[in-house]
Amino acid sequence: MEITEIFTKKNRLLLSAMVSTDFKLRYQQSVLGHLWSVLKPLLLFSVMYVVFIRFLRFGADVPHFAVSLLLGTILWNFFNETTTGGMMSIVGHGDLLRKIHFSKYVVVVASSMSALINFGFNFVVVIIFALVNGVRPSWSNLLIIPIVIELYILGLGIAFFLAAIYVNLRDLNPIWEVVMQAGFYATPIIYPISMISSRAGSYGPLMAKLDLMLNPMAQIIQDARHVLISPANPTLWQWESNFFLACWPVLFTLIIFVGGISYFTAKSQYFAELI
Amino acid sequence: MKNIAAKQALPNHVALRVSHVSKDFQLPTERVSSLKGALFNIVRHKKSGFTTQHVLKDVSFEIEKGDFFGIVGKNGSGKSTLLKIISQIYTPNKGSVQVNGKLVPFIELGVGFNPELTGRENVYLNGAMLGFTKTEIDDMYDDIVDFAELGDFMEQKLKNYSSGMQVRLAFSVAIKSQGDILVLDEVLAVGDEAFQKKCQDYFFQAKREKKTIILVTHSMADVRRFCNKAMLIQDGIVKKFGSPNEVADAYSSSFLEQEGKQLEKENEAIRLEVGDGVRMTDVVTTADGEKNHQLDINQDFSLVFSFKCDRDIEDAVLSFSLIDSQGRLSLSMASSLDGKDRVFTTGEHRMTFDIENIFASSDYRVDVAIASGETTLFRQIGIYQFQIKNALRFNESMTHPRVSMTLQ
Repeated sequence: MEITEIFTKKNRLLLSAMVSTDFKLRYQQSVLGHLWSVLKPLLLFSVMYVVFIRFLRFGADVPHFAVSLLLGTILWNFFNETTTGGMMSIVGHGDLLRKIHFSKYVVVVASSMSALINFGFNFVVVIIFALVNGVRPSWSNLLIIPIVIELYILGLGIAFFLAAIYVNLRDLNPIWEVVMQAGFYATPIIYPISMISSRAGSYGPLMAKLDLMLNPMAQIIQDARHVLISPANPTLWQWESNFFLACWPVLFTLIIFVGGISYFTAKSQYFAELI
Repeated sequence: MKNIAAKQALPNHVALRVSHVSKDFQLPTERVSSLKGALFNIVRHKKSGFTTQHVLKDVSFEIEKGDFFGIVGKNGSGKSTLLKIISQIYTPNKGSVQVNGKLVPFIELGVGFNPELTGRENVYLNGAMLGFTKTEIDDMYDDIVDFAELGDFMEQKLKNYSSGMQVRLAFSVAIKSQGDILVLDEVLAVGDEAFQKKCQDYFFQAKREKKTIILVTHSMADVRRFCNKAMLIQDGIVKKFGSPNEVADAYSSSFLEQEGKQLEKENEAIRLEVGDGVRMTDVVTTADGEKNHQLDINQDFSLVFSFKCDRDIEDAVLSFSLIDSQGRLSLSMASSLDGKDRVFTTGEHRMTFDIENIFASSDYRVDVAIASGETTLFRQIGIYQFQIKNALRFNESMTHPRVSMTLQ
């Protein structure tokens, strides 16, 4: 199986068929239907807004932190959906894999596409919310595009890894749930990154920098807030003068992506017999 | 696909070439599918917790365009694995498979449907999986629905279909899609009688039209009827390749061997009983002077009883019956039928019945009794079993006519 296989006409057709099927089936037999894909993160956001911003007064020193919180939530949700959905996708299509030969990549990519569509809906809500909140639009907002691409590549790379491992090791599901839970708190979503630097004593600034460097999600969310909401959200490339270190998260993402695809490729020929 | 040997391009008339394909499965003696198990095994330094099963061993063959190719073999012989390798669902450990054209598989009674989608949506999704474009499926769609006879149900969700309807639709998708090679695994048991008839008609038509079809089946009648070439797989190797009749015969006789061994085992397990002053020491059937419990049809044989008397038995009669596998009495015979009075003296005796074999093919059981006058001294049901082999020509002379009676 070759990686270029993903782009054949046959696979593009299959991909669009699978994505539209998934879209059709996602909220079937529910009254509100696709409204849920927007409603769910909004409801979650309201809870966090009340608890962390109104009650615990997080991010009082950061302009538009409520919008930052919403943006962080939906970016994280997108990441969570891509990785968890991707992990389950191969096993979930086990019935098909045992009966017919088709590109296994398509299954994982299709599941990530569904997450991407979902993210698209949510992103519109964020933009409306930001405008209502008084965030001024500017051309630099467009920098969100490469950031979302980075996020998508990161999520897809991890999804490939997880999907291949999950075929053999079903413990991965609860493990990944916990990892995502921990990751949620290790990422500046409900709190601004300035909270790490100001509250962790003399090591604070270093800790904040390390988080941005070792946790690609922290860097992505921080960058997104910087370009979209307010330059007052500090980013790694502001804090780190070394070019290589500043670029490291992007490189890290690429390594994960290439590693994930190669691992998946090596394992994929045995999926049918292992499932 | 990994393939070290340089692939030669397939000649135009060849549809499929399987060269030196081997497939092993690692069967865990204790399957580790949880972290706990994996950790325990690391702690115990146990890694070799699996056995290797060689399912296919160096299988090579070629199918030409227009062949209706039958693959037969017992359960577990590796034919389904071979089919999955041909369909590229499994990857072989060694060797390669080359296909000329588009291959459409129908394996494990389905092509993989989504129960939440309607029949129509499933057909299109399936078509996409098989590699057809939307316009191509548009062209095939009416044909598929027609053949499945599901015109009124296509807008219903698949979960509301009966299982027979689902299989019918899946089968229709497989055979009506315009693939170049059709791979079918155990299909003729599908659907009701009318649908089966339709499938048979389709097969005859496909044979006439020289479509390339690979059919895995247990029905030798189907192999003889539809196929122009066939292959017998046994224990992962190609045991026979060639004309369907030869392959079907080889398949049937491969069962005979097994049945014979089974019969022998059963005979050995029978404990000969001890009667009142007489006991049976041995019962065998012989043919042409040799012990034989698997007789050809029309092969005359002898039934030999060896027994030992502890005292002289006056007015002695040995009688036996042959009962076929359906419990019908096929022959009943007693040593007194020749009208002579016999005495079985103290000691060992051997009584031989030479029997003209006009029996139908079946398994037979022997019941035997020894009596002195009116007193039964020894009696044992099922003291021995033998088989008259299944053959193409059936013995018509030994029949069990049905008799009906009316009383007025």
